[in-house]
Amino acid sequence: MKILAVEASGPVAGCAVLEDGLLVAEYSTQYKKKHSQSLIPMLDEMCRMVELDLKEIDAIAVTAGPGSFTGLRIGAATVKGLGLALDKPLIPVPTVDALASGVFGTDMLVCPLMDARRQQVYTGIYECRTKLTVLHPQCVVPLSEIAARLNELAAGTREVLFLGDGVPVSKEALGGLMEVPYHFAPAHLDRQRAAALAVRAADLWEETGEACLVSADAFRPEYLRKPQAERELGSRRNYSMVQPAGTGNV
Amino acid sequence: MSITEKKSGEEITILAIESSCDETAASVVRGGRTVLSNVISSQIDIHTLYGGVVPEIASRKHTERINQVIRQGLSEAGMELEDMDAIAVTYGPGLVGPLLIGVSAAKAISFATGIPLVGVHHIEGHSCANYIAAPELEPPFVCLVVSGGHTHLVLVKDYGKYEILGRTQDDAAGEAFDKVAREIGLGYPGGPKIDRVSREGDPRAIDFPRGKVSGSAYDFSFSGMKSSVLNYLNTCRMKNIEVNVPDVAASFQQAVVDVLVTHAMRAVDEYGLTRLALAGGVASNTALRAAMRSACEERGVEFFCPPPILCTDNAAMIGCAAYYEFMQGVRSGYDLNAKPGLRLGDR
Repeated sequence: MKILAVEASGPVAGCAVLEDGLLVAEYSTQYKKKHSQSLIPMLDEMCRMVELDLKEIDAIAVTAGPGSFTGLRIGAATVKGLGLALDKPLIPVPTVDALASGVFGTDMLVCPLMDARRQQVYTGIYECRTKLTVLHPQCVVPLSEIAARLNELAAGTREVLFLGDGVPVSKEALGGLMEVPYHFAPAHLDRQRAAALAVRAADLWEETGEACLVSADAFRPEYLRKPQAERELGSRRNYSMVQPAGTGNV
Repeated sequence: MSITEKKSGEEITILAIESSCDETAASVVRGGRTVLSNVISSQIDIHTLYGGVVPEIASRKHTERINQVIRQGLSEAGMELEDMDAIAVTYGPGLVGPLLIGVSAAKAISFATGIPLVGVHHIEGHSCANYIAAPELEPPFVCLVVSGGHTHLVLVKDYGKYEILGRTQDDAAGEAFDKVAREIGLGYPGGPKIDRVSREGDPRAIDFPRGKVSGSAYDFSFSGMKSSVLNYLNTCRMKNIEVNVPDVAASFQQAVVDVLVTHAMRAVDEYGLTRLALAGGVASNTALRAAMRSACEERGVEFFCPPPILCTDNAAMIGCAAYYEFMQGVRSGYDLNAKPGLRLGDR
């Protein structure tokens, strides 16, 4: 099984190739450059570096959301285009699951936090002993809600490991919310990684076979949130989100 | 075809993708002007609920439909990706979220197949719709591009060579149509609705000011015109005078048409050109077409206007524009980005 993984759901742009448990290549950046400018050039560079013939891959893994709406779509449109051109299926992986799958061999409860703005986080709760177990599936909630759930699950017995780009904005609040001991992941574990995504995709393939495959045509990201305009549709006179095409004022 | 065999221009086949606003479109164009397929998946029904295009919703819909639209574009042309000589895509101007979908998909397809990529300017595409509609048309000519997002008076000097003579300093013409239509209760999209209702109204009933712009003879301003319609409606409301919607629509439309025709004719006269072309969604407006045609006839200027299917956002026009860029050696890199404010002539 040869998996090409593409990561663009958050601050990291990345790609990786995993072949039968061997991480052949990984490329990862967290830089001011836009994903739309960096993703294909890094794929190109990686493929040339390891002489990868794209026709030989079996599936394309992608973080399916949640995440930055724009980032998710750059990733989605990219893998959909690759899937169409190469006639390969996709393996969509929930973003928060992919984040947690970077952690292994710990007794701590693993809680990825992604900044969802509007005083909320994209998060979930996982066990990462010898395999990833989902205790609380990914969701978008206020930080206090996931903290309460962690306090309940960990009470007296477990510690908690936080990771993700939501950590810096949540650190201070966690101090007041957490009643159990907690830690923050080091830099190589605390962001989306295409390698972790690829490993998770390979596990899904092992566990579920073809059930984890989605056609490139059918794939759509899971945003976990409706567009603001759709939420506000009740108040019909609110046109704040409406743009009569004229934004490209040149 | 073997690698050593060089294709002639007429055989060059391009897959074009367009997603700059609320239409997901794909087309296969051969030799620049022969359209083998022209698939347009419009989202208008969804955006009508909101009275205008919602960028986030448009971006989501593009993502959902992009592959199917591309596949349909290829299959209606009876072709496979491997038959393509280039992948063309609109990379600006437009809404950044929607633009990114087409750009990302096009780059991925180009990367996966090795087929060269050509980024295309949306306004250049609109202007090129005239090449498809009129095989005999050659530059130079003056092109007026009017749509919901753009109002540009362009001097087409040669293939791929443009000079912008004037542009709107505020609202695009189509945007003004949408806003006025909303205020007089016609709803979205305003252009076609005002066009229809105006046929029952008197275009001379109300004398709305023709917006003038100081400094440039060719620039446009439509927000003043729109405001004077709103003022007129408010005054009627306060005085309890019943508003004659067809008259307001027809008079507003006449004001817009007058300005567009005057500017276009000024350019034709000034540059001594014998051809004028319309383009963009508002080019479907029947009053604009009729007025421009008769102004051109008066001067002995040849008038061009694509059919509505090539006026609305479509990918065939992008394929046509890409052809002339491609033949001149233009290729885009994998770092091609969506540029919402891309200027004509910039790369």
